[in-house]
Amino acid sequence: MMTSELSKNRFRTRRVGLLGLVSVLWVALLLQPATAALKIDITQGNVQPLPIAVLDFVSEDGVGSDLAQVIVADLERSGLFRPIEREAYIESELDVNVRPRFKDWRLVNALALVTGRSIMQNDGRLRVEFRLWDVVAQEQMTGLQFFTTPENWRRVSHLIADAIYERLTGENGYFDTRIVYVSESGPKNRRVKKLAIMDQDGFDQSELTNGQSLALTPRFSPTSQEITYLSYYRNRPRVYLLNIESGQQEVVGDFPGMTFAPRFSPDGQKIIMSLERNGNANIYTMDLRTRETQRLTSSLAIDTAPCFAPDGSQIVFESDRMGTQQLYVMEADGTNVRRISYGEGRYATPVWSPRGDLIAFTKTYKGRFLIGVMKTDGSGERILTEGFHNEGPAWSPNGRVLVFFREQKGAENGPSLWTVDVTGYNERPVSTPSWASDPAWSPLIR
Amino acid sequence: MKQSKKMSVMAAMIASAFVLSACGGSTSNGVSSSTSPSYSSSSTSSQYGGSSTGSYLTENIGDRVFFETDQSSLNSSSRGALRAQAEWLAQNANISLTIEGHADERGTRDYNLALGARRANAVRDFLISQGVDSARLQTISYGKERPVSLCSDDSCWSKNRRAVSVIR
Repeated sequence: MMTSELSKNRFRTRRVGLLGLVSVLWVALLLQPATAALKIDITQGNVQPLPIAVLDFVSEDGVGSDLAQVIVADLERSGLFRPIEREAYIESELDVNVRPRFKDWRLVNALALVTGRSIMQNDGRLRVEFRLWDVVAQEQMTGLQFFTTPENWRRVSHLIADAIYERLTGENGYFDTRIVYVSESGPKNRRVKKLAIMDQDGFDQSELTNGQSLALTPRFSPTSQEITYLSYYRNRPRVYLLNIESGQQEVVGDFPGMTFAPRFSPDGQKIIMSLERNGNANIYTMDLRTRETQRLTSSLAIDTAPCFAPDGSQIVFESDRMGTQQLYVMEADGTNVRRISYGEGRYATPVWSPRGDLIAFTKTYKGRFLIGVMKTDGSGERILTEGFHNEGPAWSPNGRVLVFFREQKGAENGPSLWTVDVTGYNERPVSTPSWASDPAWSPLIR
Repeated sequence: MKQSKKMSVMAAMIASAFVLSACGGSTSNGVSSSTSPSYSSSSTSSQYGGSSTGSYLTENIGDRVFFETDQSSLNSSSRGALRAQAEWLAQNANISLTIEGHADERGTRDYNLALGARRANAVRDFLISQGVDSARLQTISYGKERPVSLCSDDSCWSKNRRAVSVIR
């Protein structure tokens, strides 16, 4: 069975990930599209999570159970899967090349089953294989094989979880991603703020700045291992570029006032940001190659929090030009500005969905801070969460999940990160070792 | 002096305006001391006790003015306080100021940075209108990043919506 499948193998190489690790080579074990009907319909709001069983991967060194645990945690956190507790399993160990006893898996109410194994090869690399089975149709839905360095095992788990998610939802996954955020410590009036980065599941934490300069609003480059953020280095608040791998930093442009609220353009070539001059904030772009700057707004108001549409053709931003903070959309050259938010309250921090169809925002209304989404023309507003203070949504790269931060009342409290599905369901805390704010989601690492 | 500091800190702008008018012109121990560069509003040494120190500015002149929610306009007591600052600057020609603009925690981060800048510039513009050389006045915004009062109701928020003059 294995032999015949392998003869149909297709080889694909993947580019090195963020950490500069050895490339992951993956092999599709089975190519023919499965005819099975097993699929999660995620167009519905409150999805009935799909019951799935993930067997510990067969291994000699225990990593097999770790691999399975990370996959289970990813799938469970998405809210779209209900992993079946392994105590219920009738078949408790199964080689990846053996056909499961589907009858046993139907008995424990699993609709999908994941089996796998990991082998430490003689060349020092870890080889991880898995198969996703449709229990009812009794067929394999997908099967992949990964080669990587052993310390890279968590990424392999995330890649497998992404493959399962993609096969069962028909959408891109988002588990092999990272989140950059501001790590906060110390009392509220002397808060130390550092940039920190972690896997989307909260593991593999590391700090990117040392906290000597106040650091705010980090955003990923869509194309390179860089982050743009606001640093108070030498007590001059300005937008910087930080290379995640080398740690090198450079200031973005030589502007006479405070630059802030930076983001990359979708092609990674420009930074869009606000420049404050004599108390007025306007929106500028700077081309990172030519260093050319372009002024896009010229108001006496606060124009800030700009964000490109994923196709780069338009920009959404907030402005108080009509009295209170509201959302506006303009063409990428600054023309054709129109207001899109007309609900009660104030609207801030707009972020264009990677799918292009929605804009997420922070809304303040009656002293509460809400996270919501609206269509790009301002219609169809939906509030996803609300409370004393929720702020700063950022999209997962597949546009399904938003990460934001939440503050609690009081002098002794600090912010924490939360995720919520774009439907408003499945709100979850993201665990971080310190207080955390200003999250931004990386693109898929691949 | 201790008492007047307490008062001005506790009772916001009306009290500080009162302290100003009480202590306004009474200056001059005549010691001109250089001040250490400071990046926060609350730290300049007072051990020399002269009128050209940050603590003198804080305790006797009044180093801050307050704002309404989302506003950057100066009310009459703020203008009074800033006239006293301008007068003091006229008497201490070697002093330059950084005006720090701040916001309370009830706004989004980017907006508050811009709002703090607006507030700092409102103070700067007023001081210039009172004859202070613009070259002596810098501004910086801290947005909502550096509150002085830490509770989560308006008794604290009103103290955090401020612009503070700090000797550079």
